[in-house]
Amino acid sequence: MGEKTRGFDKKWIQTYMLIFIVIGLGVILSFISSNFLTVTNLLNVVRQIAVNGILAIGMTIVCLTGGIDLSVGSIVAFSGIIAAGMLRDTGYPIIIIVLAAIVVGAVCGLYNGYFVAYWNAAPFVVTLSMMTIARGMTYVYSDGRPISNLRTEFLTIGKGSIAGIPIPTLILVVVFILGSIMLTKLKFGRYVYAVGGNENAAMVSGINVKRIKMMVYVLSGIACGIAAIILTARVSAGLPQAGESYELDAIAATVIGGTSLSGGRGRLWGTIVGAVLLGIVNNGLDLLNVSSFYQQIVKGLIILGAILIDSKRNS
Amino acid sequence: MENIVLEARNITKRFPGVLALSNVNFRLVKGKVHALMGENGAGKSTLMKIIAGIYQADEGNVFLHGEKVVFHTPKQALTNGISMIHQELSPILDMTIAENLFLGKEFCKGKFIDYRRMNSEATALMERVGVDLPPTMLMKELSVSQMQMIEIAKALAYNAEIIIMDEPSATITEREIANLFEIIQGLKEDGRCIVYITHKMDEVFRIADEITVFRDGQYIGTYDADDIDENQLVVKMVNRELTEIYPKKNNKAADEILRVENLCQKGVFEDISFTLRKGEILGFSGLMGSGRTEVMNALFGITHPTSGTIYINGEKVDKPNPRKIISKGIGYVTEDRKGNGLVLEMSVYDNTILPSLSKLSNRMGVVNRRKALEVAEEYKEKLKIKTPGLQQTVKQLSGGNQQKIVLAKWLIQNPDIIIFDEPTRGIDVGAKTEIYKLVANLAEEGKAIIFISSEMPEILGMSDRVIVFYEGKKTGELSIEEATQERIMMYASDVEKGGA
Repeated sequence: MGEKTRGFDKKWIQTYMLIFIVIGLGVILSFISSNFLTVTNLLNVVRQIAVNGILAIGMTIVCLTGGIDLSVGSIVAFSGIIAAGMLRDTGYPIIIIVLAAIVVGAVCGLYNGYFVAYWNAAPFVVTLSMMTIARGMTYVYSDGRPISNLRTEFLTIGKGSIAGIPIPTLILVVVFILGSIMLTKLKFGRYVYAVGGNENAAMVSGINVKRIKMMVYVLSGIACGIAAIILTARVSAGLPQAGESYELDAIAATVIGGTSLSGGRGRLWGTIVGAVLLGIVNNGLDLLNVSSFYQQIVKGLIILGAILIDSKRNS
Repeated sequence: MENIVLEARNITKRFPGVLALSNVNFRLVKGKVHALMGENGAGKSTLMKIIAGIYQADEGNVFLHGEKVVFHTPKQALTNGISMIHQELSPILDMTIAENLFLGKEFCKGKFIDYRRMNSEATALMERVGVDLPPTMLMKELSVSQMQMIEIAKALAYNAEIIIMDEPSATITEREIANLFEIIQGLKEDGRCIVYITHKMDEVFRIADEITVFRDGQYIGTYDADDIDENQLVVKMVNRELTEIYPKKNNKAADEILRVENLCQKGVFEDISFTLRKGEILGFSGLMGSGRTEVMNALFGITHPTSGTIYINGEKVDKPNPRKIISKGIGYVTEDRKGNGLVLEMSVYDNTILPSLSKLSNRMGVVNRRKALEVAEEYKEKLKIKTPGLQQTVKQLSGGNQQKIVLAKWLIQNPDIIIFDEPTRGIDVGAKTEIYKLVANLAEEGKAIIFISSEMPEILGMSDRVIVFYEGKKTGELSIEEATQERIMMYASDVEKGGA
């Protein structure tokens, strides 16, 4: 009996280790920088992680099927530039523009999903192709120039707050809740895990594996569309070079959160904690005036640490 | 008039390099248990996978209740009342028992999955097959035999009219088999059709009403279970007397070459001791997952035992790893030849010389191609590997020839001890006989052989001595004179420890 209890405790600690690390880091930072534990700074952190958090949620769903999506950064740029262009050239209400950005993201995701699922193409390569295509289309559409002078009511999406909470953070929370419900409470979510856990078993159980595989990329594309709106509104412009290397941050948050890149195992809240961890580290290093060059090295080491913990856990 | 539920007519199916089914026929009668017999590679599973919508036939038709049907996906077969228990376990390890049981047909309240209902239905379903486990347990925490019982329960959950069971008893205990047969009896009385694939003769005569025999992808015939006896059946399956299959043994066991003492790996196997002598074939028997392969993996240094000692030629081996073990003269023909025995996309030549490249190249690492080709050609001849040429990719070859290439790889290294793990799985009878001959010849040359097999006749036909495993323990050791199917089976299941 005693052994069982201990086993449970160990598992419990491993499961929530990430949260302890984040809290520990927060405590340390609040000691070495008086600016860290201030409302303004913390709100700033949660505002900054919104974009990566949303992308990482999409990425996690893709990774759960054993796939990967390298195109998210480029899709963010493309959706963002389209939204910015529509704001400049048309008088459509904001909601139409938001929907347009999401549809653009979804269509890009459909491209990924279609070729991965129905042509059995390697996700790495298909999304790599989308990555350059979307980036290229962004430059073509914008002629390589930023699109600025956007309507102020649109900018509120990125800069505003409701009841003191930044709007991007609220959007992240909504996306997270919807994503969690989908993954744990709906059939679709269980099929995502099943496909990643054992594709063959899922197939013989009568699950439409190809459709599931396609849909996860569409969802990732939709996440890109949402993230693009927030980013464009926050920086007040559609930038053709926006979102560069965002896919790497999204993958990092996913992996730190304990999602297995070979599929079938992972949780959305882990991903969110992963995104928070990355956000706090970036913020902390900023506060300590550490150059952004060093920040990249630190980020790399965190990813390595997360993978080592994970492989220890599974051995 | 007999009530024919399903009929397959003139089915032909080709895979690259093999004709898996050649113009076969099969039919199922309402309320009967139909056993499908034949050696590995006879095409039983292939036909069932066609019926269950996993493969599509190249030629021929399937009729369900007299109507022609073509299933392109398992889902179509399932909705038409055909479910299948697969030979290869296919659990989703990171999901719960309940989620696995109802995968693809979850209970929902509106849009949401109704976990409470699913868990209670899972408990009820498990009760039916005599398994008492919490439905929220993760699949990966189950033993192999428990997983198999869950697979059986899963097939029942579809409430299908036709239930295909592909070797459901291969990994479960006697008690569970009895349970399974009770369930089958109930289904039969319910008017369902059962297809039961097995290699175990006693089971066939206990449960089957009708028996269809396949051999090398051919339909041999369908018989009433009361009109045929075991010997007739075996002759139909293998088309020769059993004695001809296994080579005459002429082994003179000499000095001890390997000694394993109290080898343990926590949670996997415990306290395994045995010795092996030159010129001897030591059979390892037991159900799949009973620890046979795991002990070999530890011996070969692939996994790390928690305690115990290994002596090779009287010398203690510290911290075994594959490289060290190979250098001590052990070769390991693994169970999964496609997974870790061969590089399927590479040629016969490349595969054969792969582990010997350093011996065949000069100091700069340049391969001596002439010498390498000579060696590859020599072993191709020696083992009678049938291939259009050395540059043929191994993917295109039959299972038997692939297995010979794996063997060739090891023989070039000239090992003293060779471990064979299920060397004849999935290869046809002719190739099997050749493999048996090769193994017997090696023993005669003075090599020490460990021969792992789930097939009882193979163990009895090949071994000089048999060790039996059950749930990670060595439960018996028998000389070939003492060994009978019954005694091995007793040691290999949780029945009273045979006579002891």
